[in-house]
Amino acid sequence: MSYRGLCKEFLESCGVSIGDTVLVKKKDIEYRGMLLNRSKGLDDIHLVLKLDNGYNIGVDITDMQLILLEKGEKPKIELPPLEVEKDPEKMDISIISTGGTVASIIDYKTGAVHPAFTADDLLRANPELVNLANIQGEAILNILSENMKPEYWIKTARSVADEINEGSDGVILAHGTDTMHYTSAALSFILKTPVPVVITGAQRSSDRPSSDAFLNLMMSVTAAKSDLAEVMVCMHATENDSYGFLHHGTKVRKMHTSRRDTFRSINTQPLARIENGKIKILDKNRGYNKRREEGSLEINDDLEPKVALIKSFPGISPEIIHYHLDKGYRGLVLEGTGLGHVPEDIIPALERAYDIKVPVVMTSQCLYGRVNMNVYSTGRKLVASGVISARDMLPETAYVKLIWTLGQTEDIKEIKRIMQTNLKGEIEEKTSQEYFLI
Amino acid sequence: MDYGKLGLKMGLEIHQQLNTEHKLFCPCECNLTDKKPDKMILRNLRPTQSELGKIDRAAFEESRRKLQFLYDSYDQHTCLVETDEEPPHPLNPEALEVSLILASLMNMKVVDEFHTMRKQVIDGSNTGGFQRTGLVATDGFLETAEGKVTIENLCLEEDAARRIGQKKNQTVFRLDRLGIPLVEITTDPSIKHPEQVRDVAYQIGQVLRSTKVKRGLGTIRQDLNISIKEGARVEIKGVQDLDLMPKMVENEVKRQINLLKIKDDLKEKEAEVEDEILDVGELFKETESKIISNALKKGKKILVIKLKGFSGILGREIQPGRRFGTELAGYAKKMGVGGIFHTDELPAYGITSDEVENLLNYIKASENDLFVLVADEEEKARNALMEVERRARMALRGVPEETRKALEDGNSEYLRPLPTASRMYVETDIPAIGISAVYLNDIQSNLPELPQEKKQRIMKKYGLSEDLATQLVRNDKVDIFEKLKSEYKVDPTVIASTLAYTIIELRREGLNINLLSLEVLGDTFSLIENDTIPTAAVSDILRSVAQHGCTPREAAEKEGLKKLKESEIQAIIDELVQENQELIKERGRGAMGPLMGKAMGKFQGKADGKLVNKLLREKIDN
Ligand SMILES: [Zn+2]
Repeated sequence: MSYRGLCKEFLESCGVSIGDTVLVKKKDIEYRGMLLNRSKGLDDIHLVLKLDNGYNIGVDITDMQLILLEKGEKPKIELPPLEVEKDPEKMDISIISTGGTVASIIDYKTGAVHPAFTADDLLRANPELVNLANIQGEAILNILSENMKPEYWIKTARSVADEINEGSDGVILAHGTDTMHYTSAALSFILKTPVPVVITGAQRSSDRPSSDAFLNLMMSVTAAKSDLAEVMVCMHATENDSYGFLHHGTKVRKMHTSRRDTFRSINTQPLARIENGKIKILDKNRGYNKRREEGSLEINDDLEPKVALIKSFPGISPEIIHYHLDKGYRGLVLEGTGLGHVPEDIIPALERAYDIKVPVVMTSQCLYGRVNMNVYSTGRKLVASGVISARDMLPETAYVKLIWTLGQTEDIKEIKRIMQTNLKGEIEEKTSQEYFLI
Repeated sequence: MDYGKLGLKMGLEIHQQLNTEHKLFCPCECNLTDKKPDKMILRNLRPTQSELGKIDRAAFEESRRKLQFLYDSYDQHTCLVETDEEPPHPLNPEALEVSLILASLMNMKVVDEFHTMRKQVIDGSNTGGFQRTGLVATDGFLETAEGKVTIENLCLEEDAARRIGQKKNQTVFRLDRLGIPLVEITTDPSIKHPEQVRDVAYQIGQVLRSTKVKRGLGTIRQDLNISIKEGARVEIKGVQDLDLMPKMVENEVKRQINLLKIKDDLKEKEAEVEDEILDVGELFKETESKIISNALKKGKKILVIKLKGFSGILGREIQPGRRFGTELAGYAKKMGVGGIFHTDELPAYGITSDEVENLLNYIKASENDLFVLVADEEEKARNALMEVERRARMALRGVPEETRKALEDGNSEYLRPLPTASRMYVETDIPAIGISAVYLNDIQSNLPELPQEKKQRIMKKYGLSEDLATQLVRNDKVDIFEKLKSEYKVDPTVIASTLAYTIIELRREGLNINLLSLEVLGDTFSLIENDTIPTAAVSDILRSVAQHGCTPREAAEKEGLKKLKESEIQAIIDELVQENQELIKERGRGAMGPLMGKAMGKFQGKADGKLVNKLLREKIDN
């Protein structure tokens, strides 16, 4: 029962629970309807009723007479299992869900939205998938993407690896969009994959007819069947339901709170464009790994999660750096201003980090462009304090990479070398004129 | 007709746009635009899963093919909320307030807490695939001459996008209208007389007009629900003219009665509808009918079905000037064909009686049978005939439930089947809004006057004629009138007729009446109050202001409309008396009449009649 306080007491005294059909009598009005759940965070003096005409209303329990008309059954959605035969001609594609729901079922009787996790659910909601591939589905997590954390990256990476080892020709990861680009970076560093690993999600929830989930999923299947053996993000390219982009997992970022085309390649071009089941490679200069028939999956999931991502701002206090050092953080990624700067009075704290062998990596809050600490005196002082330039890496990618790197070695020189070496497309040597605001 | 005996029941559903500053869920303005869109956005809508139940790939593909939409959007006029790229902003409190005022004016019970719902609509008119709507109040009433009518529900909802056109498989909508606040008012289906339905619609209209609602074409939509015993519920959409309502009802009742008769007759004739659709192009190779031969030349098909026992039925009139055949044609046309041909109207259109005979023989029709023919591309023609069969089968059962479109002659035509129960679930992006007793009390103790009350009050208080009062109320000028009246000591009739007539006449002359601000009107009346200009000069002053953008005082100067000083009047009278010595000698005081006339002619309103009279009399007496 989601009611609390006064409502809860009242309902208990009337012997009424959620799903029951009731008659509500007030001084000058009566309502007949079904008692529904009440959202958390609302007051405890209103009951929510779904009237026979489908509308929900809230009714104040003050001076209310509540009469139970009919006990409700706990609504449950039971759909018969699907019998989809495996087609040997088609590729086997796995869809792993972490809680970003790519499909939903609405129970219009109660108005409840049930996320769809299983392969059957997915196929029911998107029967077109059957035409494209043999679809396997699994839900490994059920979390909101803001609750993602490094240990879940490991779990996810292992699940992806399992699917590939069991013969999957391509893996799709359904993920909430908020932290999708952290996970895509993490999987990029953890996995060396012989087949496509495609991460997708939805900016409009899948319970609405206008959801972008369907097109994103269809495009992802196309990507998962392709010969791009990379970790990629696949989402809408524009506001239209027409085509999508495949972004490198390490060079993509959520850039808009709500638009469908929120994901943008930064300091690079999208890898490919997907339209009507066809893939067109956009960045011809940049190579990509091709699908390898012989399974040579490698997984390296040693991580050191005790890393912080700190944004510099005018007036930032050195205390913030000291706090993290005191708390035993093993690495810091700074999101500096401009070319990669922090206020000068922070520098002694950074020197302390250097002395106790806590690597400090500098990125830029400009996002676009590369870090260069040689241009201004503060930058030069930072270099002298041992701060490592992340070059043109995104702050989030640098954060994930430092977590991974610290899992590989404790040697500060080696850490610096790894951080500044392009492993998975996260660093580009050249900054093209085309790379800004696309 | 004895409506009581027929079991006539009617309900009204009225949709009215509100005239709020912003849309219901975003800060965009509530106006339509004819500008070229800055962007066109392509979207698909998919029915959500529970709508389908099981996998039906073909149906899904089909629905997908149809559900492609293009949306006209604007950089400034619309925003990301309309394009479904941003969650809705909190509900516009102004719109909620207007709907609470309306609910209170109709004696309704307001809900304690307002919940915004999503009503699934996948015809593209809402970018999200649902319309946002919420129940504000229930169970009110209005008094009519024929008794109380229950106002069942009042909902506050967002208006849909405007359908602009069709580009191949894509329907084009414009986002300007999407999100304009709308109230939906429904009566219960207990209205029993056609006159009463008009009365209820009129009264609801009056209530609406007392609050902030939009005026003009397309801002109000009135739908009528009608049924009779043995008949079926039919919804007639878009009844524009209230005075047409009784006729509309009468014609619909006639239609249902006639359809019931047709049902009985068909039963007697043992009528039957078969599935078979035949290609009869061969029979028309030599035809002289232009329509048919042109169709054949273009590679179209001539398809035909047989309706057993339907002979004579299609030609039967079911509404004044509308035959049953037209009902079948209405269904066929929804599949994109131009129309149908049937035996009851042939020979005609160049199709000869020989050809008709031939065709009847070919399909082995007996005396009571009839054929329906369509000439079009094969798929279209086939779909059209399948729809005709479907409608013909319904005729065997009586009156189908339908949504129909009101026609200007009081008839109606088929639009679509009645919608099934709405699929609704809660809009999770909008928190529930409590409507406190204090807030509601505040609204209810400041309710606006209904137009009728307002009219009576100003007639009584200011001694205005009914005509003037009606004009002020109808044109929303009562507030301005009362403001001006309270500030200037001027005859209320003068102020009222200026607002009700003069300004409108000036607009008809093509003048820029926007220049006639409240301030300009005030200055003009103050000139009257100070006796600077005569009352009769108002219209000329305002015309001059509208033409030249000057102040009323400048206008009075420029147009020579200022009243004359007493000395100037005296001088003119002296002159006049001088010129008419003969007349005065002859008639003495009796010359007053004619001289007064001449004097007023000379002054042209620039002198006060009483003063002229006094001065003239003194002069003559001397
Ligand atoms: Zn807007």
